[in-house]
Amino acid sequence: MMRVLGTLVLSAATLLAPPAPVSAQGRQETLIVIVESGPNSMDIHGVGANRPAYQASWNLYDRLLTYGVKRLPDGSRMYDYNSLKPELAESWTLAPDGLSVTFKLRRDARFHDGTPVTARDVKWSFDRAVTVGGFPTFQMKAGSLEKPEQFVVVDDYTFRVTFVRKDKMTMPDLAVVVPAVFNSELARKHATAQDPWAMEWLKSNDAGSGAYKLESWKPGQDTVYVRFDDWKSGPLPKIRRVIVREVPSAGNRRALLERGDADISFDLPPKDFAEMAKAGKLAVVSHPVENAFAYVGMNVKNPPFNNLKVRQAVAHAVPYEKIFSTAVFGRGVLLTGNPIVSLTYGHDLFPSPYKTDMAKAKALMADAGFPNGFETTLSFDQGFATINEPTAVLVQESLGQIGIKTTIEKIPGSNWRNMLLKKEMPLFLNAFGGWLNYPEYFFFWNFHGQNAVFNTSSYQNPDMDRLIEAARFETDPKKYRELVRGFAKIEITDVPRVPVYQPLLDVAMQKNVKGYQYWFHRQLDYRQLSKG
Amino acid sequence: MALLRLAGRRLALAVPGLLGVIVVTFLLNRALPGDPAAFFAGPAATRQAIEEIRARLGLDKSVPEQFVYYVRDLARGDLGTSLTTGQPVLRDLATRLPASLELTLAGLALAVTVALPLGVLSATRPGSWVDHLARVVTTAGVSLPIFFTGLLLVYVFYFLLGWAPAPLGRLDAFSTAPRQVTGFFVVDAVLAHDGALAWAALRQLALPAVTLGLFAMAPIARMTRASMLGVLGSEFIRTARAAGLAPRTVLVTYALRNALLPVITLLGMVFSFLLGANVLVEKVFAWPGVGSYALEALIASDYAPVQGFVLLMATLYVFLNLTIDIVYGLVDPRVRIEA
Amino acid sequence: MSALLRHGRYVLGENPVTAVAFGLFVVLILLALVGPSLAPHDPLASDTARKLEPPSARYWFGTDQVGRDILSRVLVATRLDLAISLSAVTLSFVVGSGLGASAGFFGGWTDRIVTRVTDTIMAFPLFVLAMAIVAALGNTLANIVYATAIINLPFYARMARAEVNVRREAGFVEAARLSGNGSARILTVHVFPNCLPPMMVQASLNLGWAILNAAGLSFIGLGVRPPTPEWGIMVAEGAAFIVSGEWWIALFPGLALMLAVFCFNLLGDGLRDLIDPRRRT
Repeated sequence: MMRVLGTLVLSAATLLAPPAPVSAQGRQETLIVIVESGPNSMDIHGVGANRPAYQASWNLYDRLLTYGVKRLPDGSRMYDYNSLKPELAESWTLAPDGLSVTFKLRRDARFHDGTPVTARDVKWSFDRAVTVGGFPTFQMKAGSLEKPEQFVVVDDYTFRVTFVRKDKMTMPDLAVVVPAVFNSELARKHATAQDPWAMEWLKSNDAGSGAYKLESWKPGQDTVYVRFDDWKSGPLPKIRRVIVREVPSAGNRRALLERGDADISFDLPPKDFAEMAKAGKLAVVSHPVENAFAYVGMNVKNPPFNNLKVRQAVAHAVPYEKIFSTAVFGRGVLLTGNPIVSLTYGHDLFPSPYKTDMAKAKALMADAGFPNGFETTLSFDQGFATINEPTAVLVQESLGQIGIKTTIEKIPGSNWRNMLLKKEMPLFLNAFGGWLNYPEYFFFWNFHGQNAVFNTSSYQNPDMDRLIEAARFETDPKKYRELVRGFAKIEITDVPRVPVYQPLLDVAMQKNVKGYQYWFHRQLDYRQLSKG
Repeated sequence: MALLRLAGRRLALAVPGLLGVIVVTFLLNRALPGDPAAFFAGPAATRQAIEEIRARLGLDKSVPEQFVYYVRDLARGDLGTSLTTGQPVLRDLATRLPASLELTLAGLALAVTVALPLGVLSATRPGSWVDHLARVVTTAGVSLPIFFTGLLLVYVFYFLLGWAPAPLGRLDAFSTAPRQVTGFFVVDAVLAHDGALAWAALRQLALPAVTLGLFAMAPIARMTRASMLGVLGSEFIRTARAAGLAPRTVLVTYALRNALLPVITLLGMVFSFLLGANVLVEKVFAWPGVGSYALEALIASDYAPVQGFVLLMATLYVFLNLTIDIVYGLVDPRVRIEA
Repeated sequence: MSALLRHGRYVLGENPVTAVAFGLFVVLILLALVGPSLAPHDPLASDTARKLEPPSARYWFGTDQVGRDILSRVLVATRLDLAISLSAVTLSFVVGSGLGASAGFFGGWTDRIVTRVTDTIMAFPLFVLAMAIVAALGNTLANIVYATAIINLPFYARMARAEVNVRREAGFVEAARLSGNGSARILTVHVFPNCLPPMMVQASLNLGWAILNAAGLSFIGLGVRPPTPEWGIMVAEGAAFIVSGEWWIALFPGLALMLAVFCFNLLGDGLRDLIDPRRRT
């Protein structure tokens, strides 16, 4: 003990020496990513796989298809929702009757252990996705991929998917994160009678054929990936090694980036992105998150927010500009009068007409029969307190002026989903974004009478349901547009939730990091990156 | 032998306390507002999917039933699985405990090296400006919120001055951990004769240890001072002085040795307190210890890790107290362990 | 009593640090009483046009993210912070010393149960226990106070038990018993008041710790609700702004917090000197 003590004292004295130089070669080919929290599983099908697990799966595993890339006017790159590109599949043909698709697999693809990727692996993986339940099954279903009988092994390198119905979401759904292809032989070795799909083993092991292999995973600390040099499904990535470090403190993440000790991060408060973009020392790339917006929600089932006039009063009392400048630091697109930036989402057809107008809000309150206002609670998810807390304070202050006295309730992240499920919160801040970029998909989850968990307002309206259902299978573009405009208009007029802004997906990186590309899953794809 | 028997008796006495800890932690966890089933069912889960997960997690059973299962698993050494990391809690705790212990011991060692001399110094000159200064300085250290001290140190020594390494846990991104012997990276690196690695680990350790150490100085200095004052005023010191012994000999050999006893007891308390206070320091420095682990789990309503962590801490606490009693007995043969 | 006062004056004179702490304490109490009327601005009113302004003649301590005046918020928070720590410490003092004193006085089963309960609480990592309590019961002001009180309880219980135990067989207790007093009366009137001085020291030291504890809870998001000003939550919120250079948001509430804790700690030290018989001779 005394020896250790002595060493400590000595070292404390010499601690102020400059740091040892890191091998420049290794630094050049190594990408250091810093995140707030890391994956809880390497298996995208696993129970409760979190968002960082999407990133792990995306880089460790290949899919049959992937999306193309498009260049945006500002020069940045974004995945192209309208173009599907080969990954493990070399080519594919739709049957003349439009009720099945046949994939030809590439013959040179190998799993990380060297075994070839075959149609049997694809079938095993898809069967698994539609069988294990929870998120993967749900996501497959969104593309009408529902049962194992749909997946047919024709031969080692030919695979067919038969459709239960014609659905424009089927093909795009095959390129999302969930239909990853697992090494079925390897996985089966670790399957047991209780665990036929090897859920336990795949949770922390890699059975993929992706461009990166798992080198080590220390949950709560870091995940290290190395390039898979035999990867054939695309050009060999430039980055040899990727270290994803978990840094819980936001201030520290910014400090690490600014001092050049980390290369890239998504996880910073909007204020930091705004300042970094302005300072210009680091590159900040931003894209509006597709099919998403942040809103002030109201429960339309219960008084007082079952009163349309009250909801409209709130919509006129929300301090849009203040929230946007103070809480969001301009990292988004304000939705007052502006259409949402998206190719397909309904708001571009019917922009929100609401603006902050306290006189009008007061008049509406009086009209609604609440000239003296009422008391209620304003809830938000503690996990997003950086933006939500100042927003809540501003909303509270503004609503106070029209007589609505609110108590702010911070709900811990673990309980937030529970509270959404219960649908008892009268007034709350929330945001939603969908992977599949269709307005009717968004509306189906958010405003349809089936009252899914995302329908946070418990909004139910038969007219709305009819239009959403019709749009899903409408093939005529003109009619489709009318349907979308129809349900968007109902939403804006009935205003169960007040749209505030569309968030930006910001990423900050060192200037020498090139090739970043926006993906629908909003995670980092290491394959496109390089360090100049 | 007698010592062993007494130790055994002390341990037996600690069992009801540990049982109490198990029950309280279990109940407290069940009272947490989150619903792990809803949390882990994924964002798009239907009620039915959540119920399926609830059943899979065994959460559909009644609370007493769940408790019985929990205790049964516990008896088998199974602390459950963390939903946040996806790993068995026991393994998580085992890999993370050395990090926490290394940090806590380093913080304590720093605090002792500063506070002990300060305390002695104050005791030899009570009421002088040195005494007052020592008191003000150590008290200031304990008066700052520990997370604030940590963030401030990172800001000044890493961000502004660049003297300290990035607050990235136990090692920088390019070093690999030494072969595990003690689990303390600094010691293991020294054992592996890897000076550079030991240095790297030590640099990472410095700021969090200082943060923790600042917090522990005040009670140690205060206790040393009080204890020294007591001893210095006693008969045998007066006799030693009158016998013409060198002041240094009197101070170190006679006074300090006797004054250390209460300080040792206090060190035990401070150590267990620091292990708890670690939670926030670990969060600030991304230190991969058990504290930050429990914190994340608590926020996610992830029962098993929180229960495992509390149980581990309680067990450590019991053994720590036992060790203190034994050390106490060794240092001062007059003291007999009272059962 | 006058001897004690005289001794107090002597200690203060002898010990300038305690005198300063005592002065600080008086200032803190005054601020808690009149703070809200001293605040130059409305502590809750946002002014987004003047957000994140550094200290100036108009805003001495600068403004925060939504443009609220930090000086006003720090001043107004004094009352709440002192109230949290005072009520938590009072609660644990009353309950803890009550339990401990009965345990020490009656012995037997009472003693065994109280000792077990305090041992169990002590075996918990205390801050995590406080976290769990607040997380489980909900983050309201009352629950923060309860959590803080519970984790402090064992210290008072143990101390009271030890102090009462020593005096249980004392001559004056015997005398009281012989003159026909009941046990409850002996405990409350004769024994307990004699144990008060060392416990007051503990209370004073604990006040500081209670404030720090609340601040720690705020840091992990379990503190009081926004927009209520409270030092801990202001420091926690400001911490995110340190790296980007807006140091004043965390610094001023941090200083206020530190001064208060500092003051309670030094005061506790001073009180200890005041009642320490070694110092009195």
